[in-house]
Amino acid sequence: MLSDSVIALLGKGLWETVYMTFVSGFFGFVLGLPVGILLFLTRKGQLLENAAYYRVTSILVNIFRSIPFIILIVWMIPFTRVIIGTSIGMNAALVPLSVGAAPFIARLVENSLLEVPHGLIETARALGASPLQIIQKVLLPEALPSLINNAAITLITLVGYSAMGGALGAGGLGQIGYQYGYIGYDAVIMNVVLVLLVALVFIIQFAGDRLAKKFDHR
Amino acid sequence: MIEIKNISKTFHQKKQSFKALDQVSLSVEKGDIVGIIGFSGAGKSTLIRTVNLLERPDEGQIIINGRDFTKLSSKQLAGERKKIGMIFQHFNLLSSRTVFDNVALSLELDHVSKDEINRKVNELLKIVGLEDKANDYPKSLSGGQKQRVAIARALANDPYLLLCDEATSALDPATTQSILQLLRDINQRLGITILLITHEMEVIKAVCNHVAVIDKGKLLAKGTLSEIISDKKNPVIRQFINSDIMTIPQELNKKLQKEPQDGLFPLIEIELNENISVEKLLSTLYDQYKIPYKLLKADVEYLGDANFGKLLLHLQGGYEENQKAIYYFNQNKIQNTVKGYA
Repeated sequence: MLSDSVIALLGKGLWETVYMTFVSGFFGFVLGLPVGILLFLTRKGQLLENAAYYRVTSILVNIFRSIPFIILIVWMIPFTRVIIGTSIGMNAALVPLSVGAAPFIARLVENSLLEVPHGLIETARALGASPLQIIQKVLLPEALPSLINNAAITLITLVGYSAMGGALGAGGLGQIGYQYGYIGYDAVIMNVVLVLLVALVFIIQFAGDRLAKKFDHR
Repeated sequence: MIEIKNISKTFHQKKQSFKALDQVSLSVEKGDIVGIIGFSGAGKSTLIRTVNLLERPDEGQIIINGRDFTKLSSKQLAGERKKIGMIFQHFNLLSSRTVFDNVALSLELDHVSKDEINRKVNELLKIVGLEDKANDYPKSLSGGQKQRVAIARALANDPYLLLCDEATSALDPATTQSILQLLRDINQRLGITILLITHEMEVIKAVCNHVAVIDKGKLLAKGTLSEIISDKKNPVIRQFINSDIMTIPQELNKKLQKEPQDGLFPLIEIELNENISVEKLLSTLYDQYKIPYKLLKADVEYLGDANFGKLLLHLQGGYEENQKAIYYFNQNKIQNTVKGYA
């Protein structure tokens, strides 16, 4: 039913989507995790309570979260060109994907940390822990199951974003689905793309659940 | 060793402000076990948390071993906190760490070597009797076991002071006693000074040498246990000492009449004081006034030569004799209330 060349095409597309999802997820966390921690720590009643910092960070995060992703890609093209050298292809897509995911991740991290009982932070302070030690030894390990769940949510969102990016030349399953399905109207390829995307999302969710459970001793 | 001097703390919420501590002063000697008792909302939790500055007082000083804690930088303060252990009502163990790693936490903060951590943690787990639980996670432990782990963690840095914030309030009576026993042991064997807060007189009676009573943010009284207990004029102290309500047995309660009648005998609740011993009181009733009685309930506490507590007596003499007995109580300033007639 599917020729070898089509299978090769789909295989390449799947690889590109997985690559974009996980690599941009990684960079998203590199950007979003510290911001999330900062948001949490500067909240009222927390370790480094600071209303001004919290407000400014919070507003920035909200601004970036409210830009529709497809607009963000276009808006960031000059910036992407400076960093990657081109605005086309999956490496170029990593830039808007990471930047788009970061504020989302920051909020999720903030929420994960809020779930850590306040008494534990207090105990760490009573033991003489520095703020950095509290983050390392108390906040992040205690929030780990919740952080893993949120990472799964983020990756699933990124699968969707990367497909959107496909329409603007990012490659991956999104681009195949768009070209063959929307422009060429090949129902078979479009549906295979759909099934692959659904399968990918299911696998991420399943793995996330398992991993979160493994680390959850609450 | 510890001097709390004129500490005040006010909490501000939106439009209201609440004075949790009002000019509180208290000193604690080395090797002592001091209990602070108060009702919930009295400010006792705030007070104990100001000692290691988890709560920064608005004014006043905390002087420990000659250093004024309120003047320390946050780094110096973290260093001082390492030598002050603290345990909490809800144990506050890290769910992500095993029992062993929970105890090891305070040592890790100081970058102690692995071998040293191993040695120290195993020794501590032995002290609290949980060697066999080293690799379990807190969720599989009972409340008492969790508090033992918390105690081991608090002791890891060889503290000179242990702060106990309602440490037994979430535990059942038997577990409470075993934890208190452990605290007493630690105090005696390791010479660690203990400052605890509680709302239970039982806890105070079981372990404390010195007591302070706090109410509405003010320290009402402080002294040795018997000094505090004999200060019966203070209404708050009285409430704590005679907190047990003498419930009348249900069978009797059904038959209880408000007014005296022929054939009914008075049911009297008596509050004992240091003036007269319970043995003397009962033998006077029986031998001197020849009044038969039923002792329905007794809650007696001996402290030195004196005894305190309550009795529920059902006098079964004639009307005149019973009146004499009540006269005798009044003469000896023994508070008595007639609960009814049955």
